[in-house]
Amino acid sequence: MRRIIVALGTTATGLVLLFTWPTSWNRPVTGPGQATALGGAGTSQGTAATGASSNGSGSTAPVTSTVDGAVVQTPYGNVQVRLTVTDGSVTAAEAIAYPDRGGTDVQISNYAIPILSQEAVQAQSATIDMVSGATFTSRGYIQSLQDALDQANL
Amino acid sequence: MTRTAPDRRAWVEQIMGMPISVHVRGAGARDAATARAVESVFADLRAADAMFSTYREDSQIRRLQRGEIALADCSTAVREVWLLCGTALERTDGAFDAWAAVPGSPGTFDPTGLVKTWAVTHAAGHLRALTGLGFALGAGGDILVQTGPDQTPWQIGIEDPRDTHRVLATVPVADGGVATSGVAARGQHILDPRTGEPATEILSATVIGPSLLWADVFATAAVARGASAVDWVQGLHGTSGLLMLTDGTVHRWSNAP
Repeated sequence: MRRIIVALGTTATGLVLLFTWPTSWNRPVTGPGQATALGGAGTSQGTAATGASSNGSGSTAPVTSTVDGAVVQTPYGNVQVRLTVTDGSVTAAEAIAYPDRGGTDVQISNYAIPILSQEAVQAQSATIDMVSGATFTSRGYIQSLQDALDQANL
Repeated sequence: MTRTAPDRRAWVEQIMGMPISVHVRGAGARDAATARAVESVFADLRAADAMFSTYREDSQIRRLQRGEIALADCSTAVREVWLLCGTALERTDGAFDAWAAVPGSPGTFDPTGLVKTWAVTHAAGHLRALTGLGFALGAGGDILVQTGPDQTPWQIGIEDPRDTHRVLATVPVADGGVATSGVAARGQHILDPRTGEPATEILSATVIGPSLLWADVFATAAVARGASAVDWVQGLHGTSGLLMLTDGTVHRWSNAP
């Protein structure tokens, strides 16, 4: 299910990107006023748009530039896409803004796996906001660390 | 901590026989709207208790258990929880079994192991609706958190089941849930559905993930599963956590999504 949720999230983002794609695609991408020259070899990271790319043309060094699409409002939130263009062909596309309405979208966009510390410590020596444990009861709670944390913030 | 800490406030109430703690952090911590949202959280949890408590003879769950009403007669909430329990049974390969949770009464539906985090997840909607605030909602040792605009994660300590003045680990959580289950939680036992006997091999299981409800289901399933959970948790994509076995061995994991 976790995988399904991630897949759905990816699909939703993918759909958003797909819907916004034509807007970005039809934009003039090599105008010197809007594009940022990177120089050097093309750094292709994306996969969505690399199918039609061909950057080994002739003897001149490839010219690579990037262009940012407009921020597009969608039902899922704002989306903005950055294209990398090499010799007039799109060699990479990445989303530089994702839906960020909150709730589930934030979870999908931002969720990073929290890493547990390695050592057990005395509770009072650690900086802790809340305690997770299986021994909580209303009675035992009176002496519990969570109680102290609550008291400190009441 | 030289910079100014964000404004914080905390509330505690005893509901469902356990302490419910709400901590908020951010500019609106002392707003009246925040206090009202917290009151709504507590009210929702009391309503869920009235509907699902197995200690109240007039609750829908007790009437369902006695056969006085059918599932179709129950509220949408009860039917939703029934479906979630079915999904939990599948996702845990039978280790989380709401139809095998009552000692000596196989087949009786008791969703208590899922109701708490289900209710907390719904009730937290009142806090999610607030802008500019992060919150941590703790319900008897299971915690749901969301960061505010400052994106500072909440620091969660994981209690040592042998000594509640020690924490086995700390973990920063920005958005998601931390759930811990143990062999003697709240004086009740988690049954191994395969034997019907209390599970004894794992002292406590903590699961951290984007969903508190599923973190809790997996933590309970890990305890029911026993020592084989050490391998089983490796398949819980997008979670991290910690198992303490009866002999004191601690097993940590952190799985990519």
